[in-house]
Amino acid sequence: MIENRKFYVQAIFIVIGIIFLVKLFSIQVMDSRYKLAAENNVINKVIEYPYRGLIYDRNNKIIVHNTPVYDIMVVPKEIEVADTARFCDLFEITKEEFETKILAAKKYSYIKQSLFFPQLSNEEFAKIQDEFIEYKGFYPVARTIRSYPEPVFANGLGYIGEISKSKLTKDTTNYYKSGDFIGISGLEAAYESELRGKRGVKYKLVNVRGIEKGSFNDGAFDSASVPGNNLISTIDLELQKYAEYLMDDKVGSIVAIEPSTGEILAMVNSPSFDPSLLTGRKYSSNFQALNQDTLKPLFNRPIMATYRPGSVFKLVQSLVALQEGVITPQTRTVCNRGIINCHGDHTNEDLHGAIKFSCNPYFYHTFRKIINQGKDPKINVDSRIGLSMWDEYLYKLGFGRKLGIEIPNEKGGLVPKPSYYNRYYGEGGWNFYTIYSLSIGEGELLTTPLQVANLAAILANRGYFIAPHLAKGIDTPDTFLKIDYEREDTGIDAEHFTTVVDAMAEIVDGTARVARIKDVVVCGKTGTVQNKNSFDHSAFMAFAPKESPQIAISVYVENAGWGGGVAAAISGLLIEKYVKGGVAENRAWVENYVMTKAYLNNLK
Amino acid sequence: MSRQDSIWNRVDWLLIAIFFVLVFFGWLNIYAVGYDAEQVQSIFNFSQNSGKQLIWIAGSFVLIIVIMIIDFRFFDSFAYYLYAGVIVLLILVLLFGTEISGNKSWFVFGPVRLQPSEFAKFTTALAVAKFFSSKNIRLERLTDQIKSSWLVLLPIALIVMQGDAGTAMVFLAFVLVYYREGLPAYYLGMGVAFIFIFILTLMVEPMYLIIGAVVLGIILIAFNSRKVKKIVLIIVGVVGVIAVIGSVDYVFSEVLKPHQQNRIKSLINPDADPLGYGWNVTQSKIAIGSGGAVGKGFLEGTQTKYDFVPEQSTDFIFCTIGEEHGWLGSFILIFLFMALLLRVVFIAERQKGNFARVYGYAVACIFFVHFGINIGMTIGLFPVAGIPLPFFSYGGSSLWSFTILLFVLIKLDAHRMQVLTR
Repeated sequence: MIENRKFYVQAIFIVIGIIFLVKLFSIQVMDSRYKLAAENNVINKVIEYPYRGLIYDRNNKIIVHNTPVYDIMVVPKEIEVADTARFCDLFEITKEEFETKILAAKKYSYIKQSLFFPQLSNEEFAKIQDEFIEYKGFYPVARTIRSYPEPVFANGLGYIGEISKSKLTKDTTNYYKSGDFIGISGLEAAYESELRGKRGVKYKLVNVRGIEKGSFNDGAFDSASVPGNNLISTIDLELQKYAEYLMDDKVGSIVAIEPSTGEILAMVNSPSFDPSLLTGRKYSSNFQALNQDTLKPLFNRPIMATYRPGSVFKLVQSLVALQEGVITPQTRTVCNRGIINCHGDHTNEDLHGAIKFSCNPYFYHTFRKIINQGKDPKINVDSRIGLSMWDEYLYKLGFGRKLGIEIPNEKGGLVPKPSYYNRYYGEGGWNFYTIYSLSIGEGELLTTPLQVANLAAILANRGYFIAPHLAKGIDTPDTFLKIDYEREDTGIDAEHFTTVVDAMAEIVDGTARVARIKDVVVCGKTGTVQNKNSFDHSAFMAFAPKESPQIAISVYVENAGWGGGVAAAISGLLIEKYVKGGVAENRAWVENYVMTKAYLNNLK
Repeated sequence: MSRQDSIWNRVDWLLIAIFFVLVFFGWLNIYAVGYDAEQVQSIFNFSQNSGKQLIWIAGSFVLIIVIMIIDFRFFDSFAYYLYAGVIVLLILVLLFGTEISGNKSWFVFGPVRLQPSEFAKFTTALAVAKFFSSKNIRLERLTDQIKSSWLVLLPIALIVMQGDAGTAMVFLAFVLVYYREGLPAYYLGMGVAFIFIFILTLMVEPMYLIIGAVVLGIILIAFNSRKVKKIVLIIVGVVGVIAVIGSVDYVFSEVLKPHQQNRIKSLINPDADPLGYGWNVTQSKIAIGSGGAVGKGFLEGTQTKYDFVPEQSTDFIFCTIGEEHGWLGSFILIFLFMALLLRVVFIAERQKGNFARVYGYAVACIFFVHFGINIGMTIGLFPVAGIPLPFFSYGGSSLWSFTILLFVLIKLDAHRMQVLTR
């Protein structure tokens, strides 16, 4: 019996061996969870952030580029700082701040890097570099931030910042991750998908302490980051700079467009700010300050501010009336100041004279002819038919709607429709005499500086425009992708523009003499936006030269008085600068005149 | 001695071959654990574990030669003296030893560290063999059971006092030796039943187990209602089971140390705290499991190289094999150990004398317990216990003690014809 026990003992050995093999088979061959867990253990996904695309002006000058900054990272376990006070001096922090930062880092991890001090500029880093290397446990990590050779065009360029939670949830492409940078406004936001490039991923092997041990699978699954495409903007950097210079100490905006293409040459918001304020480590505090500034530098006036267009609108009335055939260039109207007041010395002008002298009664009558064409015996019904028809013209001329500029927050202004008045006066409870202020660009009308500049472009083109825009195209590594923009026709015949443009050409000989330039025929129109409780806004709209125009412009200077003044002067200077390449010496006084006006004071 | 009569003609070359294969694979594997692709070191670099292990291996060859030269009767004659000597060392280590990771089981002389309990396995095996060969022991008798058990219980007690429960557990191997020599089978049965009930109690609500035991008892009594003796036995059995169930809670929380409790907890529920006390088993299983059918390849393992598995060159050495050589490699390793165990049993059985046979069984069972507990713990079938895998775990003490165990048997076997049967 006992002899048999040798078999039992051997059987026990073999059974255990088989149990092990079965168990091993189940965890090694049958169960794939362990393979995944092993990969999770050792594979560290490292995101490689792409180089964001640059932004160039129309002459290939850089407007936005990337500069390296250094994040100082800390590994708490490795810290060796002999003299804390001296170390703190390097970063200009107090010992308490130092302690808090280290404590926060320790809370995150003893062995992994965490941020100690963000975004030292190249210069700042160079200054501390020599001394910095004496301290163990601190590592500089290079990354890039946006920087700007010229501190201009902040509102148009926009800025980048960490993606917000709400945007993250709205991102249907699932591209963004928390902590990613994204274009928040301006061109940075509009062309985000082009500029951002493509994130790269590297799979690194790490040991249990998070130390890198080479690449996974010799990098078979890695993808390199793809730099963003460059954006070629329509902006003329020199013109933009000069325009911003001229707007010093003034509140208002400038929009300059190349009429034949709709390309925006300059777009000024004033007051603005240095775009580099919204990069770097002081981003939050700077943003806070800008956001709380009573002059609202973050409010992009060229596309967001809406003003009553004033006299500029007389050009619109002329064009509509001519197209409708309710007047001819020869139609004369007595300047009867009993109905509506007027200014200047004139009595009975034709259309040419009426535009030149900005005759209010003339356009009062013209507008009445447009609105009341006798299509219905009842004047109220007739007015409604007329206004609807007029609204259509205005829509085609780019008013009462967004023009579709690519940057966010464009406003459409207001062109009242019959329904609008119905709401106030009841269905059909109004007629021409209720709405006549529209005739001279007052009343409920609201337009943006961009729309007015676009009107100048329409006049320059004699009847059409191309949606104003800020991007010519995208410069990819392979090719330049030009962006096409649609031409919109106003439905007004080119011949009707002749009379209007001829009259505009004479304005610089009359009310807007400051805008006259040697050898260049400037066609302009003053506008004065009347304000009840403060100084009027000065507005001017122009294009030049009269034949084959190169630039169309609108200038608004708030609380600066009448349109023939500073707005016309700025327009003239910019046209001269753009068309002739510089301001003639004998017109230096105009620049002086502009620069001595600090209309900001009018606000105080 | 004539040339033909050389000891090398009479040794069991198959067993020696298995020994060499295991030692060689073990050495390569120790190199793989320390391998760093970015800083490749030679396998012979003596500052690395693989280089040091090579020194230990060379040392073990010296031991083999010494064992082969010594008169084979020495082991029989000096069995008790060696045993007594090691017992003295075990007592001395309690008094003068150095505590390393919670165990007071080391003598430290400069760079040399000696663990007497490693050699206690060998001397106990000799002493038990001597005991069974010199006296007429009949293990079915309770008095003989008691008489023979203290040889094993004494070193167990001393080693437990050092705090080294793992090594103490190895001495359970002798239960199998005693079984082979006639210990009634119900001791084994009771031992297995105790462990089974203990673990079941930790997993299932004790009250259900008690109800289950009582119901089972009643059913058994119903079938044997005429045999009073059996009914008494069944009642005793049920009461015994209930006593075990009742004691589990106490044993678990009062007798076991916290780290031992955790090791048992992580065995029963490995996912309870995978980053805490479950870390070792979780990571060990991940490493082995990620090896797949054929493994990641020699030196290609990631889990062990990047230190996810603790104690990877000693207690958890099997992880590297599982990871780099997959199920196939594990199969080969288990096959080799099975071959070793069965060959040792075969050799033991062909001895004429009791001494060599009992010793042979002791060797087989000690190897078996090391193998079983070590691999069992790495794959989550046994609580973590710090005992090495023979010939694979890094370290001189364990390699030498296993070499001595094995080659003394080979030596005895070579002289089996010279032994007079009793």
